[in-house]
Amino acid sequence: MRTKGQKVFAVFNYTFLTVISLLCLAPMLNILALSFSSRNSVNAGLVSLVPREFTVSSYVYMLQKSGLLPAALVTVERIVIGLAINLALTVLIAYPLSKDKQTFRSRTIYVGFFLFSMVFNGGLIPTYLVIDQLGLIDRIWALVLPNAVMMYYVLLMLNFFRGIPKSIEEAAIMDGAGWLTTLVKIYLPLSRPSLAAITLFSIVDHWNEWFDGMIYNNHAEHYPLMTFLQYHVLNFKTSDLRPEQLAANPALADLEGRAIKSAGIVLCTLPILVFYPFLQRYFVTGIVMGSVKE
Amino acid sequence: MSKPSKKERKVSLAVRLRKELPFHLMLLPGVLLVVVFKYIPMAGLIIAFQNYSPMNGLFDQEWVGLENFRYIFSMPTFPRVIYNTLFIAVMKIAAGIIVPVTFALLLNEIRCNTYKRILQTIVYLPHFISWVALAGIFLDVLSMDGIVNTMLRNVGLQPIYFLGDEKVFPYTMVVTDVWKTFGWNTIVYLAAITGVDVGLYEAAALDGAGRFRQTLHVTIPAIMPIIMLMSILSIGNVLRAGFDQIFNLYSPLVYSTGDIIDTFVYRLGILSVQFSPATAVGLFQSIVSFVLIMLGYWLADRFAGYRVF
Repeated sequence: MRTKGQKVFAVFNYTFLTVISLLCLAPMLNILALSFSSRNSVNAGLVSLVPREFTVSSYVYMLQKSGLLPAALVTVERIVIGLAINLALTVLIAYPLSKDKQTFRSRTIYVGFFLFSMVFNGGLIPTYLVIDQLGLIDRIWALVLPNAVMMYYVLLMLNFFRGIPKSIEEAAIMDGAGWLTTLVKIYLPLSRPSLAAITLFSIVDHWNEWFDGMIYNNHAEHYPLMTFLQYHVLNFKTSDLRPEQLAANPALADLEGRAIKSAGIVLCTLPILVFYPFLQRYFVTGIVMGSVKE
Repeated sequence: MSKPSKKERKVSLAVRLRKELPFHLMLLPGVLLVVVFKYIPMAGLIIAFQNYSPMNGLFDQEWVGLENFRYIFSMPTFPRVIYNTLFIAVMKIAAGIIVPVTFALLLNEIRCNTYKRILQTIVYLPHFISWVALAGIFLDVLSMDGIVNTMLRNVGLQPIYFLGDEKVFPYTMVVTDVWKTFGWNTIVYLAAITGVDVGLYEAAALDGAGRFRQTLHVTIPAIMPIIMLMSILSIGNVLRAGFDQIFNLYSPLVYSTGDIIDTFVYRLGILSVQFSPATAVGLFQSIVSFVLIMLGYWLADRFAGYRVF
């Protein structure tokens, strides 16, 4: 039986948590509404959570006239290459490091090597100079190689590998299988949940990363989607335009419009958000495995 | 039994090497990439002690000792930048623990599992949005014409210049950061709460404890280790106040309270092309962060029995 106090608390709790979660959604809904409203209702301050004078013209404009689609292609390219590299390296590093010291004597040295790279870094300028010296400026490799080894993924995978019973592996080794065969034939098929989680983390990370795209590219046509959004959509001010630029392309004057910026934001975030509720399970499994361990 | 002879030891070493060779080969590509993209930049930190000019090679530079550090620490804005970084970072760390823990405890009291899952899905959502897009959202929502100030005006309140008022800006950063991260950060605490032994609740109920007393005397003590662990591991972040967020939301109007080490280094290094002084600041930040992170790991190992590897 619930007491009266518990009922009051339950009502309060449901209401409070509902309000909090609506506060999480409200800013996004506001931007969504703005992006589908006419420029006039936006400027008159009439739009809250529902579009006013519904129109898709902001989207048509973003898709037709701006470089959004080429930027999206760069993002897809970095995801495809980056994901393959991230996954391969994560598995190849996590597997040997998941062995104990008796099996792999040099483990401690490697652990120290990777751990130090995680807690200390050369910082912005020296890293930039290295990328520049390697001739990677304006190339896709500058966006996938520097973070090819993600220690967070490695830790996640390592903890998962450790949870796999040793006896399975010992049986395979007895039967004459090598380490690589054991990894590919036994460990990987058993590791689907954490491989799924790492895949998703890698995709989201590559999708959302923008700073490397900004500093490692001299030419705006190489920008990935988030850098494009940051540079062309959010920072854009009509006052920065020279008169001759404006005369050549009058449509540029529209870019400052809040509706158009909102459409840009929606186009750059929606693809991830649409799939996320279906994949939530894997994300959550991933983070729980990575941070809580026995 | 006699000790193994030199020859025998050599043989066993060869056997071991052959057995472990696949491990070394597996690690090789990762090691190479980490050397090139992490360790070589660390060596590049020596330009903090040079008057670096991009025209010459790394070792063909004028050495200036600690001149760059003297220059940085004599800049009138620098103490302010350190203060802003600490202020914003510490508030974020504190709020980033209190809010998710509270939310997880409240969420745990929701009996209807479907509704619980819907709430979770919604509050996890902001985690997946890049700060670039979120900055775009907040720049609009929190502007003078934005929905928040429109609502404030509608109820007869003064509008607040969330991103342009230097007094308000740091708090705007903390609140928007909590907004983005709290939902996702509840995952760890929810997992910990789920792991609490049901027997403990039953025992507490037998002793006459209600839900509130059970939370206070069973749940919170049970998840205290993970709360402590998360706090300890966040020590390393006190000099990292959130570049992605602040860079995309600040403006010269709020430099006095909103400029942090990372944004300062960016403007100094990339925009003003003062490579050496910018690297000096970066080195200072890296060293202090390194010490704090190691301290955190040591504390975590000592008091929570948690090892990172």
